[in-house]
Parts: sequence; C-alpha cells; structure tokens
Amino acid sequence: MSNRKLFVSSHAPYWHSRRSISGRSYHIMLAALPALVMGFYHYGAQAIGLVALSMSSAIIWEFLMNVLMKRPTTIGDGNAAVIGLLLAMLLPATTPWWAILVGTFMAVVVGKQIFGGLGCNPLNPSLVALAILLLSWESLLDFDTRLVNYDLPFHMAYPLTALKNFGVSVIPNYSLFGLFMGQQSGGIGTAFGLGLIIGGLYLIWRGHIRWEISLSFLAGLFLTALLFNVSDPGSYANPVFHLLTGYTLIGAFFLATEDSSSPVNFIPMIIYGASAGILTVLIRNIGAFEDGVVLAILMLNVANPILDKIRPKAMGRGMEHA
Amino acid sequence: MKPFFKVGKAKLKFHMVERREKEVVEEIPLPANVTLFLKKTGSGSDNLLIRVGDRVKTGQRLLRIGEGDSYHISTVTGTVSAITEHTGYFGHTYPAVSIESEEKDQWDDEAGGVGKEPTAENALQYWGSLPGEPDFASLLNNTPPLDTVVINGVDKDLLMTTNQLMVKTEIKALTEGIEYLNKLTKAERIILLVPTTLGPLAEQAGAEVRVMEPVYPDTLPKLLMKKVLGKIVPAGVRCENLGVGFLDAEAVVALSKALSKGEMCVSKTLTVIKKDNTLVNVKARVGTSVKDILEHLHIETDQGDRVILGGPMFGHAIHTEDLPISYDTDGIMIQDKGRIVWNSDTHCVNCGECVRACPAQIPVNMLVRLLENSLYEEAAREYDMLSCIECGLCSYVCIGRIPVFHHIMLGKQEYDRIRSAEESNE
Repeated sequence: MSNRKLFVSSHAPYWHSRRSISGRSYHIMLAALPALVMGFYHYGAQAIGLVALSMSSAIIWEFLMNVLMKRPTTIGDGNAAVIGLLLAMLLPATTPWWAILVGTFMAVVVGKQIFGGLGCNPLNPSLVALAILLLSWESLLDFDTRLVNYDLPFHMAYPLTALKNFGVSVIPNYSLFGLFMGQQSGGIGTAFGLGLIIGGLYLIWRGHIRWEISLSFLAGLFLTALLFNVSDPGSYANPVFHLLTGYTLIGAFFLATEDSSSPVNFIPMIIYGASAGILTVLIRNIGAFEDGVVLAILMLNVANPILDKIRPKAMGRGMEHA
Repeated sequence: MKPFFKVGKAKLKFHMVERREKEVVEEIPLPANVTLFLKKTGSGSDNLLIRVGDRVKTGQRLLRIGEGDSYHISTVTGTVSAITEHTGYFGHTYPAVSIESEEKDQWDDEAGGVGKEPTAENALQYWGSLPGEPDFASLLNNTPPLDTVVINGVDKDLLMTTNQLMVKTEIKALTEGIEYLNKLTKAERIILLVPTTLGPLAEQAGAEVRVMEPVYPDTLPKLLMKKVLGKIVPAGVRCENLGVGFLDAEAVVALSKALSKGEMCVSKTLTVIKKDNTLVNVKARVGTSVKDILEHLHIETDQGDRVILGGPMFGHAIHTEDLPISYDTDGIMIQDKGRIVWNSDTHCVNCGECVRACPAQIPVNMLVRLLENSLYEEAAREYDMLSCIECGLCSYVCIGRIPVFHHIMLGKQEYDRIRSAEESNE
C-alpha cells in the first residue's frame, strides 16, 4: 500500500447550494405546524396521537418496503414522515387506528414505493390514500358524524356538507373571519386558514414549493366559484367561502405542490394549478362529492407528464448550423 | 464572500479584484521538477522531438503538433527525466514530459519567436503555448474566417481573478497586444470585455469595450454570445462557427510581451483559494506541481480533502498534489474534507430547481432520467443535451444531490463516441 496522500475526486461543480431532500421535508413539516397546532388545540390528545401514529406508521411501511425490495433505507429523507403527516392532517381526529394503518400503507406502498420510491410516484401519495379511504369507507370522512362528540365554541356542521345538503342558506351560520381563523370542523390540519397560509408563504419564501402552482390553484378556484356565484347567487356559494373551507388551502400549499406529481415549467404549472382549481369547484358545485380538492388534484397529477411537455425552447435548439 | 441567489434565477456573484486594496502576486520559485502536459493534439500523429535524458532549454520545442507547424515548448531548462502518457478529462490521452530543471534559464534561440512579425504563421508556430492557452489555430484558420474576436477580461469561473488582474495591472501591455492582434487577424471587431468596475480603465486599450456584471454563468462563452453579442449559438456548434473567437486577456498580455519586449511568458498567473475561501494570487512556472505551490504558500492539505484545478463550478478535481498546473489552470482551490458535499444516487424528485436554474432552458429533469438509463441519442434528440453550455448550475441546485453535470458530460462523451462509430461504419 502506498502511503501517498490522496484527495477526493469527483466531477464539477464543487460547490453546492447545500439544500437537500431531507431539508425540504423538514421545512414542509415545520410549515405545517401552525395549522396542526390549531388542530391539536381543538381536538386535544386524540389528534396528537393520530398524527403520531400516522407519521410513524408511514415511516415503518417505508422501512419495510426498503427491506423487502432490497433498496437503500430511505426513511432518512423525511418524505415518509411528510406523507404520514399530510394524510393525518386531512382526516378527522376520531379516525380509527386501523384506518390510519391502511391509509399510510396505501400512501407509502401503493402511492409511492411500488412505483420505485420518491420521485417516481405519479400521484400524490397522501391523496391516493385519502381517495382510497374515501371511496372504500365513506363514513370515515363524514366529518359531522365523526366529530359529533366534540362541542367546540363554534358552528360544528362541516361547511361543505352543509352547503351540499342545504344550499347557500347555511352560509350565514359561518363568519368568514371565523373560518379563516380555524373556527370550523374538518380534518386535523385543514381548518386553520391563516396557519396554512403562513406555512405556505414560508415554503414559497424558502423556495420549497412553487408559488405558480399555489397561486394558480387559488385563482382558478376563486374565479370559477365567482362565475358560478354571479350566475346564480341563490344556488352557489360565494368564492371566499370556497377558499376558506374544505381542503382548499392545504391543497393549494401542501398537496398540489408535491414535487414528483406536479409540473416544473411555468406554463404547465399555471395550467396544472388553474385546472385543479376549476375542477375542484366543478366537483363541489355540480359533482357528487362535497369536496373536490382530492380528486381534482389527482386528476391533474395524471395529466402532469403531458402538461410538462409544454416547455420553452432550449437555447440553440433546432437552429441551422451557421 | 458567499455565493447568493437573486430571486428567481440562480446567479452567482463573482469575486471582484477591486475590493482589495493592493494586488499582490506571489512568485513561486522555480521548482526542481516540472511536468508538462502536452494537451493540444492535431490531425495526424504528433512528433515528439525529444527523448528521455535529453537536455532542453527554456522555450525549446518538445513536440510537433500533428502535421502542422505548431509546437509544444519547454518552460524550463533542464534534463528530460520521463515521458509518460496521461489520461485527462473526457478520456483524452496526451504525453506528459517531466523535466528536472536547472536553476538558471537558458533560452532557446528560437524561443517564442521573440521579435518576429505578428503574422498568422508566426502565431501558430511560436505562440501556441502561452498562458491562457490561446487557440490560434481556430482563431486564425477558422472557416469561415472570424469577424469578431472577444478578449475576455472577465474570468469564466467563480473566484478566479487572473483576467481581471491582467486588465487592472497590465493595461499597457494589453493595449499593445490588441494592436498586434489587429495585425494578426482579419477580424473586423476586437471587443474587450471587462467587469463593470474596470470599464473606465479598459477604455484606454483601443478596442471596442463592453462591460458586464460578472455574474455566473453569464461569463461562459455561449452566454457571452447571447448577452453581449446577441447571437444564439445553435446546439452542438462552437462559437467559432459563427465567426466569433475568444481570447483570455492573459494570453493577449503574454503575446504583447513576447513581441515587444522579447520576454517569452512561461509562467501562469493563477488564483489559489484556501480552505477558508481567502484568495492568493500567484505566478508559477507552467508545469510546477500543485504540491510545490501549496508548500511555498504554507497551505496544508490532508488525505480526503479536495484539490481542484480551476474554479468551483467547472474545475477538475485531482487525486494527488503531484499533478502540475498547465497553461489553462486559472486557479487551485482547496476544499476541506468537512466541507465536501457528497453526491448521491437518489432518483430525481422532480422539484424543478435545475429547470429554473438552467441558463439554456434545458428540461434537465427529463434529461437526467434518460442519461441515468444510458439513452444518450434520445437525450440529444429529444431533450436538448447538446444545448448544454456546461455551467454546472444543475448540480449546484439539485436537492437530490444528483451529479447532473457529470451525467451530462458523460452523455456528451458517449454521444460523440456513438456518432463517430456510426460515421466510420458508413
């Protein structure tokens, strides 16, 4: 053996922005905290237990899949924890433990790992799980029955269910400011609009999500709801109500922006976000479901690879040689 | 002096020489042994003009490049101790000549064509080996003939200061060099490109002066073409094919000194970047080993550190400090092992950072997927691999720490190989 001093060799560049996938995951979890803390405040220890179970089971599923598929262990990148966290935020605080385990299994294994892991998932894993739960056990996401034992100091009827069943006459029961401040029933982390917006703006500021998607989603949803509302105020809720209820804000800042399943070019991002927003209102106003965010984003996830073909011309592409 | 991002697009600011009060260039003493990498190759086989054991003088010709009339020269006086083959970047192989140097330089009579007229033939014959590595062959014999020559007073890679330093301290020589260039080339325009702060000074040089904010990656030739000259270079085509050639300010200064003062320049001015990111300007004989330079500067390195010939964005890491500096080594950068960011083999997570950072609008997220699967031809055809201007920002911003730039360079190399194999089959 030579005792010559050797250096580390690799290809350029030798500087790095020092950002990482795990860093991004932790920032997303951090950004989710304001909304989450409000959920804990409303629903207490049960909500904390549910979030903990969801995150830990997601991590365990991921670890098991790593072992089974003989792949490097990837739980350190924090993505499984994010998936578990986001799924828990969408669920009511009284979701039974088995539903959480099934949900995180569907999210991590069916939504992500069978496609090859992080980056290969065509759909948002948390939303895959939620859609499966929603379609398999409809009652799990019936917020009014699930949260019937909670008596919080505000109108406890789930706004979108009430709207679907009783029309716009229910809207005066809610104050828009109250909705914004989290005074509505719903998933653990979906009710507190202000918290979600703070988290979203933080992620945009730090560059962890793309503002184009969030903004176009909200704009698409707002404008479509506005058109409905203007055309028939007696049947359709006003756009601000749509903005502040259901999964709208968590969808805009945490779900639609999932990296792997959303486009990266500017025009596709705008089309993707706006279409998801439009589709959400269509489902809410004339579709069968109360909330359209989940299915709308999943639909657009599917369209993502085609959308992302719309891209700027690369420098010097297709030019004749001089 | 941290790199920082402007909102929106990845832009890295340059270190500017003016911020420092005084320019000190540390002379590295002549080392006992130099190694010369004879990198340039021509068509046909190269002819070595020396053998092991020969005594060579400074400026003496070592190798005739191809069939033409240009040569590699010795940068020291001494005895040839070894001739080996070295494999460099992109798999290029070339002779490496080691010479045990004598303390006193004896100049070869022909050395550097000192006092010769500035003609194209002489340029090719005598001034191919100048610091800054001017490529006179493509500059003078290009088809079509060049109409524009850009003298680069801006450094290409971050933290490098050689060219700025030349503009700042050698403006007279630069002015003369530009006159010679006027005689040398048939180019209608000679443009001197300098950082904004050196603009007023550069006006003296008698060339068309263009100033620019030295922001990476705008300093790379193909982006200079776009931003300074307003020409888009087609994918896979050299700037020279559009009639524009580039010369480092350092090469022009060296040319001028050879012609007017009879001083053949066999030393390279370069920037040494220490572990704490402080810079030292040094001047060392071409062929001096990195070890000799670092020892003179009392810079210690350990096993596992990283030593880079060139700058942080597109330099070349070396595995041992025994390797020498060449005519094109603008810097030596030392990175502590604790500061190295390791690459990983994760999948692309499609975050799109690279797509937004890419100055050539390449769909890097898709490109890297193809390159990981060795689909080089498709990568070139569908996903614009050949539009890449080789800035390295994709790797810089990648949160998955995928060696994207490495993938692209490998892809280009493999693509060339496939193409030349196809051509020879036809």
